[in-house]
Amino acid sequence: MALGSTRTLVRMTATTASDLSSVTSSDAALRAFLHGLPGVDQVGAEQRAAMLGTRSIKTTAKAWAIDLAIRMVDLTTLEGADTPGKVRALCAKARRPDPADPTCPPVAAICVYPAMVPVAVEALAGSGIHTASVATAFPSGQAPLEVKLADTRAAVAAGADEIDMVINRGAFLSGRYLEVFEEIAAVKQACGDAHLKVILETGELATYDNVRRASWIGMLAGGDFIKTSTGKVPVAATLPVTLVMLEAVRDFRDLTGRQVGVKPAGGIRTTKDAVKYLVLVNETAGDDWLDPDWFRFGASTLLNDLLMQRTKLTTGVYSGPDYFTLD
Amino acid sequence: MSEARVAVRKTYKLFIGGKFPRSESGRSYIAQDANVALASRKDVRDAVVAARAAVKGWSGATAYNRGQILYRVAEMLEGRRDQFVGLGLSAGEVDEAIDRWVWYAGWSDKITQVYGGANPVAGPYFNLSAPEPTGVVGLAAPPSFLGLVSVIAPAIVTGNTAIVLAAKDAPLAAVTLAEVLATSDLPGGVVNILTGDPAETAPWLAAHMDVNAIDLTAVTDPALATSLEEAAAGNLKRVLRPPLTAPDWSADPGLTRMTAYLETKTVWHPKGI
Repeated sequence: MALGSTRTLVRMTATTASDLSSVTSSDAALRAFLHGLPGVDQVGAEQRAAMLGTRSIKTTAKAWAIDLAIRMVDLTTLEGADTPGKVRALCAKARRPDPADPTCPPVAAICVYPAMVPVAVEALAGSGIHTASVATAFPSGQAPLEVKLADTRAAVAAGADEIDMVINRGAFLSGRYLEVFEEIAAVKQACGDAHLKVILETGELATYDNVRRASWIGMLAGGDFIKTSTGKVPVAATLPVTLVMLEAVRDFRDLTGRQVGVKPAGGIRTTKDAVKYLVLVNETAGDDWLDPDWFRFGASTLLNDLLMQRTKLTTGVYSGPDYFTLD
Repeated sequence: MSEARVAVRKTYKLFIGGKFPRSESGRSYIAQDANVALASRKDVRDAVVAARAAVKGWSGATAYNRGQILYRVAEMLEGRRDQFVGLGLSAGEVDEAIDRWVWYAGWSDKITQVYGGANPVAGPYFNLSAPEPTGVVGLAAPPSFLGLVSVIAPAIVTGNTAIVLAAKDAPLAAVTLAEVLATSDLPGGVVNILTGDPAETAPWLAAHMDVNAIDLTAVTDPALATSLEEAAAGNLKRVLRPPLTAPDWSADPGLTRMTAYLETKTVWHPKGI
């Protein structure tokens, strides 16, 4: 395996879970820990992601993958032009993605801005579909901590049971790791029972090493999920970045016993892409993660392509975008 | 310089979205003493995606602009006249095909006047009908070059985009025409040409829910034509059925091949208020 070195990570850095609690005791200790993580072999990671992307998934396996991918979708609308009507329409689609086919499973969650959470909660009542809200001054995260915490509390109070926060990239890139850690920990506390997804915004982190470090900060601080991107910057989720994050959650569970989920978001538009991610999950973190509780797709257009492919498999005829709602 | 120069031999490939890919399946077959790509159902799928993506720009272009581009195609055809003759076509047929293309190009900004217009209605309304393109059209092409031009030009001149299934035994003129189209400012995806066996690919095209019309004129097998018509009923495609007698492509084409792929939009505009 091209990234065999990551398996040694546990031995190289901290050997027991109790050692981990001390790494966040000071900025220096956290820096030493994060910079002690083995570097990511960039060529190796890209090659492995590309190689896994060539797997051919057909017929019954494809049908299974499509249904799983639909169940993993966080159906997202994060626009300034969002209206209650649009969110309600999206919630209706989340419950019955394909109105023509009752066997089509519902999606995992709806992801909206905090102001739209009450609308989504009402529209999804009794469906078992989660309501996720972005928070902490999404997408830039450039706001005072009190504002971010108030943002989070408001979203939870409005009924969101999942919070998608953005990390402080400004602090991360200038090396103030403990500040990033403490902010995530504070938001986690503000979440209460709600699940916390930590958006790393990998497109702004520049290197895979930074992605690995940010992943560990997110997990150490108590994040329930680590998520690639906001979808608001040009470079969103990619296979190699997701590979690095999947290795991080795998190593973290080996070390602490706690399982953390992964959510690639942005730029995943086709069924083929989604299936590549599922292969990557299975081959990197293992099939424990092949579940909507542990792996999600942040997407809006992906769902329609999944539905078109699903229709092709059930009817034997190619479908078209005219037969599925936009958004 | 050596006398024995090794000629560069051409691989005849598909034409999808303005590019010349090999078949997704990697298959090829021999026709007219050349290796030609054998399109699969997935090439049909890709071609429909490319054609659908091109509809907005092509149908939204002004009729004048479409006419100019089609005339440009005729210019390019003229420049490659010898190449078509080299494929074994008669010079007369090539000339006739070029003239046919120019004839259709001229219709781009005229069909609206002939086929649309103001309707006298009993009420205070200005009532206007205008023909609009249907969208994506699937064409089973006849083996003759004149026939090929005579099915493609009328489909695209009004703003439709086309997927052309070239005749199995005569694909070289179709691929050469694709090279002409690729160098004529015609936007990618407006015409997509698939070589191979239409009996294999046509059913996928006929059943495709994102195709709006299909031309079965060149389908000679009655059983296949019937099954394609049935498949096309799935989304109520407009169907041009095979004629009872073999079509004479050199005859006056008339307007029917253009009007077959037009929808009439009628607007009621209140007046005197």
